[in-house]
Amino acid sequence: MSTTTVEKAAPARPDGGGTTVKRPVRRRGELSLPARLTSHGVLTVASLIALFPVAWLVFLSLGPDKDDYLHPGRIWGKMTLDNYAFVLEHTAFFHWLKSSLIVSLGTTVIGVLVAATTGYAVSRMRFPGYKKFMWVLLVTQMFPVAVLMVPMYQLLSELQLIDTYLGLILVYCTTAVPYCAWLMKGYFDTIPFEIDEAGRVDGLTPFGTFARLILPLAKPGLAVAAFYSFITAFGEVAFATTFMLDDEKYTLAVGLQSFISEHDAQRNLMAATAVLIAIPVSGFFYLVQKNLVTGLTAGGTKG
Amino acid sequence: MTVAIDRATGKSRGDRAPRPGPVTRLRRSFAKHWYAYAMIAPVVVVLGVIVLYPLAYGFYLTLTDADSLNSARTIGVNKIEATYKFVGLDNYAEILWGETAYDRFWSHFIWTIVWTAACVTLHYGIGLGLALLLNQKLRGRTLYRLILILPWAVPTFVTVFGWRFMLADTGIINSGLGSLGLPTPPWLEDPFWQRFAAIMVNTWCGVPFMMVSLLGGLQSIDSTLYEAAEMDGANAWQRFRNVTLPGLRSVSSTVVLLGIIWTFNQFAIIFLLFGTTAPDAQILVTWAYYLGFGQQPREFAESAAYGMLLLAILVVFTSFYRRWLNRNEQQLAI
Repeated sequence: MSTTTVEKAAPARPDGGGTTVKRPVRRRGELSLPARLTSHGVLTVASLIALFPVAWLVFLSLGPDKDDYLHPGRIWGKMTLDNYAFVLEHTAFFHWLKSSLIVSLGTTVIGVLVAATTGYAVSRMRFPGYKKFMWVLLVTQMFPVAVLMVPMYQLLSELQLIDTYLGLILVYCTTAVPYCAWLMKGYFDTIPFEIDEAGRVDGLTPFGTFARLILPLAKPGLAVAAFYSFITAFGEVAFATTFMLDDEKYTLAVGLQSFISEHDAQRNLMAATAVLIAIPVSGFFYLVQKNLVTGLTAGGTKG
Repeated sequence: MTVAIDRATGKSRGDRAPRPGPVTRLRRSFAKHWYAYAMIAPVVVVLGVIVLYPLAYGFYLTLTDADSLNSARTIGVNKIEATYKFVGLDNYAEILWGETAYDRFWSHFIWTIVWTAACVTLHYGIGLGLALLLNQKLRGRTLYRLILILPWAVPTFVTVFGWRFMLADTGIINSGLGSLGLPTPPWLEDPFWQRFAAIMVNTWCGVPFMMVSLLGGLQSIDSTLYEAAEMDGANAWQRFRNVTLPGLRSVSSTVVLLGIIWTFNQFAIIFLLFGTTAPDAQILVTWAYYLGFGQQPREFAESAAYGMLLLAILVVFTSFYRRWLNRNEQQLAI
């Protein structure tokens, strides 16, 4: 990427001959024409690259035969929504959707409820063991799936929780809980401490301060944490693939894989399912996208 | 009454009274901090039960020769007891310097490092470039921004399949390259191109996060700094070098760390792109999964040992990273 894109200074052009006025003056932050064209050019190309794979998937989902992806030209002539109708009527799509929603929402609710007070405590209080605790929270987030998968598999089979929603929710909480605590700490940090102090002066206990003053202010932060846990659980592949055995309990991430087996690859149906999954999730994503990184950058930008 | 917020009052560690005895200290500390402990208790309990206990159990498993043939299991109505035995550190020794250690561990290790470095560099470089472009006064930049975060908005497990269709032997990418008279690499079959494709797809998926975070960082840089730099006659490059980059340091160090951890642990992309057909393109995480769950018999102990090694690598790396940041007087935002 070029580095010429930082706002260009208005260069003093040496062409201003005798005539004094009327030369358009570029203000700070306005770009010269070539710079503007370059920017638009690069951004357009980048947008196309970002857009194309998704658009291509949508396009392929309209082709009725499973080998149409090899001959995209033929799809133009016979576009149809049959794939969608078939997926909705004859596959376990709604079962998968139900599983995904149960597991993701369960994880989200537990994650946010459990982590909220902790996020507040680590944002406002310094207690012995604080650093160690933060370190544990950080380390837990970087667990590779391989670390907990084997022991979780063994423990859950002993508890007969393999192939149950509860088992998967428990597994997802291992990452969702510390992650939510981190995110919420970031958000609580942005709420002025004076509010707490005012509450304390007026006689609230620390818990009262949290519940009555801070929590209502922190709703956007809670929403972001909830959204993140939801998305993470929704898109998780490894545990869901291994722990869910019954094809009616598959989450969408597993169900989508089941279209391609060794014997048969129903790519047209797969594309249609992929689009059906993508539309609501992306729609939701766009609704909250403005707030997504505040949790990350809010703490950081204050230096 | 104790003060709830000892952070705001900015008490430093130095001006404390001499330390009393341990019991008194414990009691006082508890009296002062009990509400903090009460507030973190839920997380401590949950993590203890669902993270630490499995972790300890997993570590115990790595010291045994457990696989799917000798673990406790139920077949029909018969319950078979576990028969695996304790083997000490043999698993680790076997992985790190056994006979097939290079093929089984070190080759994947090297590829994982290359993969992480390449992906994070590309994520950060492209993300920063796009963020800088979007941070200008430009018509339609909101639209660009919305389009550019699309790869983040659509779940990875969906887009990877889109890429699989495109990268297939006669998919759109190869048809396109072919009609331009360019070579058409076997993306999903040849080891080199598999790796290339994996990096490409992951870059595509990961850039938006970097872009949005860095854009947030850019927008929080005080614009008067740019004015001052301009007054002092700094050119565009100097302003980038001396205002923009330092302004982004804190955000950068955080997102780079996150990027490294996520990429190192990236499971979905490689797993969904190749399944178990590409032994050479497996990074350590997917390889550990393959050992434990992708083959028969399932090598539980070995897979868990890989997991422990991975975790150790990450923890060591993060410690050094933090120490390095501290030495440069930076802090992580997370």
